[in-house]
Amino acid sequence: MDNTYLIRYGEIGLKGKNRPLFERRLMDNISRALNGLGRARVSRVYGRLVVESDIDSALLVESLRKVFGIVWVNPTLRLPLELEAIYSGALRAMRDAAAGLRLPPGEPVTFKVEARRSNKSFPQTSPELNALVGGYLLDHYPGLRVDVHNPDVLVRVEIREKNAFVYAGDVPGIGGLPVGSSGRALLLLSGGIDSPVAGWMAMKRGIEIEAVHFHSFPFTGEKSLEKVRELCRLLAGYTARIRLHVIHFTEIQKEIQLRCPEELRVTLMRRMMFRLAAKVAGQRGALALVTGECVGQVASQTLESLSAISVVTDLPVLRPLVCMDKEEIIERAQLIGTFATSILPYEDCCTLFLPRHPATRPTAAEAARAEEQLALEELLSESLEKTVTEDIKARG
Amino acid sequence: MTVSEAYLDNSATTRPYPEVTRAVAETMAENYGNPSSLHRKGVAAERALTQARERVAASLNVTGGIIFTGGGTEAINLALKGLAPGKRGRHVIATSVEHPAVLNVCEQLRAQGIEVTLLPVNQTGIVDPEQLRAQLRDDTYLVSTIHVNNEVGAVQPLADIAAVLADWRRDRRRVFWHVDAVQAYGKLALRPRELGVDLLSVSAHKVHGPKGVGALYAAPQTPLRPLLSGGGQEGGLRSGTENVPGIAGFGVAAALLRREGVEAAEKMRRLKKQLVEGILAGAPEAVLNGPPLADGNGNPDSAPHIANISFPGLPGEVLVHALEQEGIFVSTGAACSSRKKTGSDVLKAMGLSAPLLAGAIRFSLAPVNTAAEMDFAVAKTLAVVRELRRLYGQ
Repeated sequence: MDNTYLIRYGEIGLKGKNRPLFERRLMDNISRALNGLGRARVSRVYGRLVVESDIDSALLVESLRKVFGIVWVNPTLRLPLELEAIYSGALRAMRDAAAGLRLPPGEPVTFKVEARRSNKSFPQTSPELNALVGGYLLDHYPGLRVDVHNPDVLVRVEIREKNAFVYAGDVPGIGGLPVGSSGRALLLLSGGIDSPVAGWMAMKRGIEIEAVHFHSFPFTGEKSLEKVRELCRLLAGYTARIRLHVIHFTEIQKEIQLRCPEELRVTLMRRMMFRLAAKVAGQRGALALVTGECVGQVASQTLESLSAISVVTDLPVLRPLVCMDKEEIIERAQLIGTFATSILPYEDCCTLFLPRHPATRPTAAEAARAEEQLALEELLSESLEKTVTEDIKARG
Repeated sequence: MTVSEAYLDNSATTRPYPEVTRAVAETMAENYGNPSSLHRKGVAAERALTQARERVAASLNVTGGIIFTGGGTEAINLALKGLAPGKRGRHVIATSVEHPAVLNVCEQLRAQGIEVTLLPVNQTGIVDPEQLRAQLRDDTYLVSTIHVNNEVGAVQPLADIAAVLADWRRDRRRVFWHVDAVQAYGKLALRPRELGVDLLSVSAHKVHGPKGVGALYAAPQTPLRPLLSGGGQEGGLRSGTENVPGIAGFGVAAALLRREGVEAAEKMRRLKKQLVEGILAGAPEAVLNGPPLADGNGNPDSAPHIANISFPGLPGEVLVHALEQEGIFVSTGAACSSRKKTGSDVLKAMGLSAPLLAGAIRFSLAPVNTAAEMDFAVAKTLAVVRELRRLYGQ
């Protein structure tokens, strides 16, 4: 038999006339997240979504916890509109939720019943149901105590048109907005810790991400590219698939190395990366760039550097990590599952081109002057011609 | 025929001979019985095992004592962990240029309360047998020495080590000797009986055999205990249904080794000389790590197939990728990361300076390589080094 889950979402309930669009997007994303795992039907009921599915419930909840836009997931009992069925369902939900609390044995469990009767033809009113179900639970579940203000377990009973839904125990979702509801942006993805987290945070705000990676073979190896693919695969877990543009960066790097002042190398490299990303964004209809930059982390991330770099593009540059501490970023990377891959030791050997004393306060004018030594447009179009695009799917 | 590619990473793994892949595929498809089954399919599978066992034994110049394992690492683990320390055994000696398979097992033994002494090496990576004599103690129950070091090709003086151990055994109690011959196999003659070696590990995929198969030779009366318990295969020392296709492929590779014989080693030695001399002539700043090239009489300290060369100032990892771009496949032990400046432990043990550590790459040959490939590799390597030096402003 199929299990039923209630899906509650927060913010998208607030989006006025766009609300049906957001809900549709969320339903699609849920269907996609569950695709291939088993049978699943998603429907919309009174400001929430209902998933009915034969998928193993632990697996299903785990999958739904990677769908942005979901605030709560509740495994729910779908019951006939009969008092007896509601009683035994409430008892079952109570038991499951109490087991999930992991309280020490013998510790009393506090609870509260919250009934909502939207089907007014049901004989009992909401307050009556609260009292009846609460009384039944007190009689049948030893060691239970009522606490209407701060209960350990909240047992909810919803009386609808054809069924009663009973659930207790909320599983938190990851929140945010459904991916795709906020348009598309290009993520500058390195193999490090920061950029995957930045991409994840942008996705959380409903942005569809495509990634660009700058590959400087032989200064970065095939293994570092594999690592970037793996990071895409991990991020795709939150959205089904990520398109990755691997941009050939070797010639640009060599030219900067040979022709430009050492202390400006990083600034110039970043400016080229931004220009290339902006061009790809243009081709792909992306409206912004997303980077893992964070103020003060390295020389290229001082406010002076950030502005000398991003001045080369008109696109908004989103920097979700801009004011986070490294520890916070690492914690987030661990939470989303990219950390272990990010620290694999195929450190990109571009670091070997790093100047010993990079400029910490470069100006855009300085950088532009240095770039006069470069055949900018030629280098850019050559790089773009050699770009290889691949679609990376989540691990199935 | 023009050369466009040269695979010179044969110490990492070799390309299986066509005879080997054929034997593996045919055995897998046709001879699929379980060697323990009583019916004729079982008997046929067992016959394949027996034939492979004899071939591998012959390639090691022994008549029995072959235990098939899941590779060289497992053979080494079985040798070092399976050997019972005996009542008074508390001490193990190994060289400081062992493969991680040995060094990490030594770490585990240490955690179990066994004392481990690592013998130092000279700047060419070779131990002094007198050091071994000085370190032997009444409670030493095991000595483990690598035969050919996998990174620089240094050949340990097994005959002299054998003499030291023979002296020791004459005077005192028994001490067991394990030789990690994974890199020596197929390159140098192995004579465990003659030298008094008790345990010797080899791997199939380093000699054009399949991956996932190796063997441990154990001399008669060596008190080994199994690491894996189960159905009692391999004389009770390695339970689990045998990897018949892999073992059959190993047997074929071993038979081919015997047929190639010393000529293969001589050929590799010639190729190595050509390669090293070509590179050093064109890049005078480069340094050959480990023992020098063979002189006219043949240098017994240097393996015929490994040349470890440092290009000071250039990162080894970038060299590997740049060479790969030109169709040349080699290895580096050292990581290039500027954040994690770790180099090879073996090269460190030999006392190499930091730039030599960071710029080291390993060329490793096989009998299938050709003189034309060496010319190609020399030309490409020199071109790559020149281009990188230009970029790095050197």
